[in-house]
Parts: sequence; structure tokens; C-alpha cells
Amino acid sequence: MQVYLDNNATTMVDPLVVEAMLPYFSEQYGNPNSLHKFGTSSHPALAKAIDQVYTALNASDSDDIVFTSCATESNNWVLQSIFVDMVLNGDKNHMVTTEVEHPSILATCRFLEEQGVKITYLPVNDQGVVEAHTVRSFITDKTALVSVMWASNETGMIFPIKEIGEICKEKGVLFHSDGVQAIGKIPVDLQSLHVDFVSMSAHKFHGPKGIGALYIRNSQKLTPLLHGGEHMGGRRSGTLNVPYIVGMGKAIELATTNIEETAAKIRKKRDRLEDAIMQISDTMIVGNRENRTPNTILVSVKGVEGESMLWDLNKGEIGASTGSACASEELEANTVMLAIGADNELAHTGIRLSLSRFTTDAEIDYAISHFQNAVKRLRSISSSYATQQPTKGGEAKDCELHHP
Amino acid sequence: MAKADMLGESLWDAYSNKVTTLMNNPQHQGEISEAEAESRGNQLIVADFGAESCGDAVRLYWEIDPSNDMIVNSKFKSFGCGTAIASSDIMTELCIGKTVDQAVKITNIDVEFALRDDPDTPAVPPQKMHCSVMAYDVIKKAAGLYKGVDAESFEEEIIVCECARVSLSTLREVIRLNDLTTIEQITDYTKAGGFCKSCIRPGGHEEREWYLVDILRDTRKEMDEEKMKAAADAGATGDFANMTLVQQIKAVDAVIDESVRQFLIMDGGDMEVIDIKKSDEYIDIYIRYLGACNGCASSATGTLYAIESTLKEKLSKNIRVLPI
Repeated sequence: MQVYLDNNATTMVDPLVVEAMLPYFSEQYGNPNSLHKFGTSSHPALAKAIDQVYTALNASDSDDIVFTSCATESNNWVLQSIFVDMVLNGDKNHMVTTEVEHPSILATCRFLEEQGVKITYLPVNDQGVVEAHTVRSFITDKTALVSVMWASNETGMIFPIKEIGEICKEKGVLFHSDGVQAIGKIPVDLQSLHVDFVSMSAHKFHGPKGIGALYIRNSQKLTPLLHGGEHMGGRRSGTLNVPYIVGMGKAIELATTNIEETAAKIRKKRDRLEDAIMQISDTMIVGNRENRTPNTILVSVKGVEGESMLWDLNKGEIGASTGSACASEELEANTVMLAIGADNELAHTGIRLSLSRFTTDAEIDYAISHFQNAVKRLRSISSSYATQQPTKGGEAKDCELHHP
Repeated sequence: MAKADMLGESLWDAYSNKVTTLMNNPQHQGEISEAEAESRGNQLIVADFGAESCGDAVRLYWEIDPSNDMIVNSKFKSFGCGTAIASSDIMTELCIGKTVDQAVKITNIDVEFALRDDPDTPAVPPQKMHCSVMAYDVIKKAAGLYKGVDAESFEEEIIVCECARVSLSTLREVIRLNDLTTIEQITDYTKAGGFCKSCIRPGGHEEREWYLVDILRDTRKEMDEEKMKAAADAGATGDFANMTLVQQIKAVDAVIDESVRQFLIMDGGDMEVIDIKKSDEYIDIYIRYLGACNGCASSATGTLYAIESTLKEKLSKNIRVLPI
């Protein structure tokens, strides 16, 4: 059996989505900007996709939802254009974000710092969440933008977007949220709270890769990132990616229709997996499960290094993830685990399991049994569980230098 | 960056079959107890290196026959990724049957080499090379415990890059001999800094005592200082071609003051040195005439010739004097 538990990285494209996309490759392939019927014949499908996205997010007709190539583009667009509009061509010089954002926010912030923008990276609490009052205390009269993720890709923890939105509104500061891990997993109602910009990505909710969107409240000013043929009302140039827009519309509709019901089903399986993992001694799960996206578990397994755990799970054809040492090119500890103040040693033992609506009970059973076996095998090798103590003088210090 | 970099590597696919096999089924994983070793009349040495908080840790067990210092049995325990476990496993295998003195000669390069499927293909991708370094460190530590000496006493040289085992003295020498100015050049010449990259600058995977950026800067500084000193010595010995610019200007001024200026002043003129430029063939001294000399017909012929010959005779035959 193959079990895919890495749905926060990407998801399977729902076959219904593929089916909706197919006519727009070789049958209705015209450029929607053309005047002839080859071009205009895709307009009804595009209009439907736009409706599907607005409906899914309960966006107002006076808002813009602009299709982009991915959430990385959406995030770059907001940050770089706010820099142009309010720092280069305005009197602001400061932005507020968090330590645990996706690299497309953090790397863009570092780029803006090189351009002279001051960036405040807010810390998270032991639940991995930024508290609203922390955001308030760092906003100054020079602050152009607050950017806080809606939910964490690593922990699944949901951030207090409603409260932060109210603070930003009160302070007159623009508010952006990277909604990638929230949209399609939890209800997102953009008229029930105040947020100026929201980034999203279709491949996180069973749509195709290579298509995302940026929500812009009340069609407000935001200088384009991509200049060209004035597509999408002049907000984002580039020939409309018709099949992918159609696919994103279908995917968001499928993901958000009866979302409470679907989420409850996923949550039940997730909780069962989580309960079984907690039965294993010396495991720790990050964040209160009531305030998490219903599909995500970030667990630390004492004495088992993250990459070796992934290795053993992979041998059992289970796909999971870790941001911890050895697995990533940077060979760094899991930054989110460090940010929440977990012990250094936990930062190297994090494993993220993320389910989807396609995860079955049989897959959960299989994953539980393989997870237990992997922990058993790796702990049998682990120095953390050795019984014979080192010869006097042979103990290691914490993170000692390799000899000079 | 090029075509090959457009798709990131698949880390695990770069492991040798030996690494994969030993990760899945380590042969020497386990413990040796004090009682077991004693029952066979042997001495047990147990050494730790690394910690969970660093991302990898290893515990090495040696059962040593005290009559001949032979490691008769060895086991390990490891907290780490696949390559850390495979490296530890092959390390214990390399130790068994060696005396303690022979075992301390095992380096991380030996460990990595023993994990290769064929001699020409690395067993692990570059960023995983540091995993084998732990094996080297823990052996030194175990040997130190057995012999009652400090582990560092087995290291004859200061190793800056553990992955490629490049010493401080080698790095300094290579920078000097090849006049290296960048870290990339150092990596090209020595492989140092080409693997886990910790030794390049602070802030990498692990903290180091020596960093390539500092070694490069300090060696370049030493080279510059030596060059200056050589030039200062040249000034003292009158070696005009190898003097610094300031020394050359002083030397030229001295000759002019001594042998030229008085004649110009007698005719109501004077001159000043503007610049000195060195090419492969000539040393060009740019001068400007002052007072009556300025515009005097002989200033471009006889006077100029006299100045040039004096300077040639006193300083260097490669001198040309050019009025501006």
C-alpha cells in the first residue's frame, strides 16, 4: 500500500478537476483576449471559475481576485508592490511579518531589507502562533504592511487573522495574509473579517500546480508585478491560463462545498493517527489540535532523527515530511520548532504528517503500524536509548565543536 | 548555475548501494556491556560524540585486548540520518582487528571511501560528507580514553575543512603559491569548503574554530605586508624597480635635489615630479617644468636629456622622463 501523508506540500489533483480542465487544452484552446469565437468560447468557463472562487471565499463583487502562477508570485507581488507604492513613492519604511512565514515571504522580506525597508519578524508563542497583541505593539506610523500567514504549513496552527485584521484596520495599516494552508482546509469567509490581500494556491486543495491567486479587497491600488498586455483588468499581464483557471475554480468549489463536513471526516482520521502516535512513549505533538487545520500533525519522536524516520516511512511507501536537519539542503534544524522555543533536540526529530480528503481509514491503519515499527527500529539503533554509559571522560558535550 | 542545476538533486538517489544497505540493516549496531568485556578479560571503552541537539550523535564501543591493544570487537549506537548510521556502521567494521594505534589513523575519508560502490563515485552527496567526520572524531575520543590522553593529541595538524581533510598549513601554502583571492578558488584548488560548507564562514551547519574567509583575509594581509616589507628593503638597498611608489618619488626627488634642481634654478626655472607609472618595459616619470623652464626651447631637448640621463645613471636604466 502507498500512503501519501504530505498534503501540506502538495495534493493529488482531483480527477473531477482534471476532467473539467481537459476540454481547454486541445479543443477550446483560443486566446480569451481574441475577438473570434475560438477565443471567446472559453469565456463562459472562465466566468464560472471566477464565480467559483468568489463564492468559495465569500468575496464581495467589489473585490478583485486575480489569478497568478502560484502563491509565491502572489506573495512577491504584495510585498514588492507595497514597497514601490508606499516606501519608494510614499513615506512608509516598515513592514511587520512573522518568523515562521513561508520562504516566499521571508526571502522577499530579506530582499526588501537590502532595499532599505525595515522588517519586524514577530516571534510565535509555544503554540507556534503569533498573538494579536504582539502585532499591535510593533505597528508604528511608518508601517506600510502587516503580513501574517493564515495557517502554518509546518504545524497547521491557525493564526488569529480576525483579531489582527481589526488591529490593522484600526491602525490604518494594510494587512496581507498568506492563505495557502488555510483555503480549502478550513472555512475562509472574506466578508466576515478585514484583510486587504490574501494569497492562495490551487495545488494545496487538489487543483493543479502552476496556478494561484491574489485577493485584493475593494479593488484597491497595488502596482502590478507583471507588466504587459493588460490582462485581468490590467492587474496581472500574461495570457490567461484557461485550463488551469478552470481547474482552480473546480478545485476550490469541491474543497469548500460542505467544508465543515469534509473537515470533520479528515479530522477524525487525523485524530485517530495522532492518538496512536501519542501512545508511543516520548512523543510530543506541536500545538493544540482544536486550533489546527484538521489535516496536520507535527510530531517530535525522541531519539529518532527526522530524516531517518522519513527514510523508514519511505521504505514502507509512506510519504511524509520534515524541515529538520539532513533532509533539507540547508541541513538546518526545523525553524518552526526552534521558533516555538522547543528544545534544540526536538528540532531534529520533527515529522509532519498531513492528510487529505482522499486519505482512507485503511491508509491510516497502515501508517500507524509502519510509524510504530519505524520508531521501534530506529530507537533500537539510537544512542539516545543506549544503556551502557560512556567511559568516564567519554561523555559528549552539547553540540561540541569537531576538534580544531 | 547551468542546465544541471535546474532540477534539484534527489538526495537519497545520490547514496551508494552500500549506504542504503547499511542504513536498512546495520551490521554492528548494538552495545557491549562492561560485564561482557570483563568476562573475556578485555577492557571496554565507550565514547560519545555529538548530541541530539546538533542533529547527530554517535556512541562507539571498543572491546580491547589489553595484552596487545587490539580492538577485538566494536559496536555503535547512532542518532542521525541514514548516512550517519551507515558511516558509523562501516567505522566499527574498520576498527575491528586493528590496534588502537592503527585505528586512530582511520580518517573520515577512509570511512567515506569504504562506503563507495566503486572507487570513483562518492558514496554520499557533498552536503552529507560531514556525517563521516563524526566517525573520525569519536575514534580519536575512544583512543584518547584508552590511552589516557587528550583526543586532540592524535591530530598532528589543524584541520580546517573536516569533510575534505584540508589543514591550515596546506590552505595557507596554496593561497600563497597560487595567489588565490576568492573562496571559490580555494575550493577549486583544495576541495576545502566544497562539502558541508561549515568551514567557509560562521553561521553554517556547525560552529568551527577556523573559517576559510578569515584564513584567506589573514593570509592575503600577510602577503601584502611581506610585499611592503620587501619594497621597504628595496628602498634601503636602492633597488628602484622594486620600491613602493612613495619610495620611488622620494628617491627621484632626492636625485633631482642633489644633481638637477640647482641648474634649473640658476636659469630662473624649476620642476616637480607629478607621477610615476610602471609598465613591463619602462618606468615613466612624469614631470612639470616651473618658472622659466616652462616653455624654454631646451626643456624638450637638452635639459630633458640631462634630467633623464642623471636619473638613469643614479636609479634605473629603464627610466623615461616625460614632461607634461
